[in-house]
Amino acid sequence: MNNFTKGFFKDNPVFVLFLGLCPMLGVTTTAFNGLGMGLATTFVLVMSNLVVSIVKSQIPDKVRIPSFIVIIASFVTMVELLMQAYLPALFDQLGLFIPLIVVNCLVLGRSEAFASKNGVWSSIVDGTGMGLGFAFALTVLGGVREIFGSGAIFGYKFIEGDGMLVFVLAPGAFIALGYLIVMINKINDKTA
Amino acid sequence: MANKKESTFVTMVLTLFIVTFIASAALGYLYELTKDPIAASKLAKQNNAIMKVVPEFDNEPSKEKYGMFVDGDSLIFFPAKKNGELVGTAVSTFTNIGYMGYIGLMVGFLPDGSIHNISVLEHKETPGLGDKMKKDKSDWSIQFNGKNPADFQLSVTKDGGDIDAITASTISSRAFCDAVQRAYDAYMEGGKQ
Repeated sequence: MNNFTKGFFKDNPVFVLFLGLCPMLGVTTTAFNGLGMGLATTFVLVMSNLVVSIVKSQIPDKVRIPSFIVIIASFVTMVELLMQAYLPALFDQLGLFIPLIVVNCLVLGRSEAFASKNGVWSSIVDGTGMGLGFAFALTVLGGVREIFGSGAIFGYKFIEGDGMLVFVLAPGAFIALGYLIVMINKINDKTA
Repeated sequence: MANKKESTFVTMVLTLFIVTFIASAALGYLYELTKDPIAASKLAKQNNAIMKVVPEFDNEPSKEKYGMFVDGDSLIFFPAKKNGELVGTAVSTFTNIGYMGYIGLMVGFLPDGSIHNISVLEHKETPGLGDKMKKDKSDWSIQFNGKNPADFQLSVTKDGGDIDAITASTISSRAFCDAVQRAYDAYMEGGKQ
């Protein structure tokens, strides 16, 4: 259970470990985009953790990184093909960023740091927890930027007119992220 | 980690070979599996865009399409006909001067050269700013409808034209005009069939 919940607060990949910031700053202009990217990453994370934990004893140490990357890249390409075929609307929004999951250090980081040292079951749990924590962080950040930047949430406008432009542009992502990190640290301090 | 394989030349080469072999086999299989749905969804998207920008038709414009090579890329024309008579032409056009480069539009012309409607196929403009050129974000692009570029200046008011630019997105608006102008020029130059 601890392996699962740590992804949300204590070891949240974005707010605490600062992994995978590149896709997170790029896609989180709306809550919906953040959620879609987060779930795609979760799928890749769970599948690669699963496979890596199964084959870990068969892979010599010196070639483990190339092997892991090939495994991860395969799953990312699968997500891209499947999304293009069956969820074309979502692919229109995220298509550009899906290949970037390969270089998301979160995925390789979990393979290397967790799945290559732990059993199959706990690797799946770790992947799910970390992935959902990532999705949670992306959705929250996307939501904050969408509320301030365009006065809407999940595409539903509740404030007429334009919001604060800076939140739609890249600097807004850093500002929003900074405040969210402060809040998460506050929560972690209390529970620790 | 006691039974971990040793890193000898043979085991390393063999491992990498097996990993990449399985990966490429799996991807090849999935590619074959998703090829048809992907092609179908692309075609549906194209037909959808054509339907939006020309008057009602009863032929299949995507089967009668023809291309024209302009400015290093090709424009594609989709003639829409009703009872065998041309009622409009959808032109898939592009520009490379958007804020983020490439923008793809589908512009519908009536046989007299006036613009019927425009729909955005592809863009990477800033969300909340440049993406207002899409109809589901704002009504901006409606000002093109019914205008004939022969007596209508397709550029933003800042450049002496007749188009009100999107607030804070003059570059995207300029690019949009550029793409429409390219489609119009090609259409008048021989795109009409």
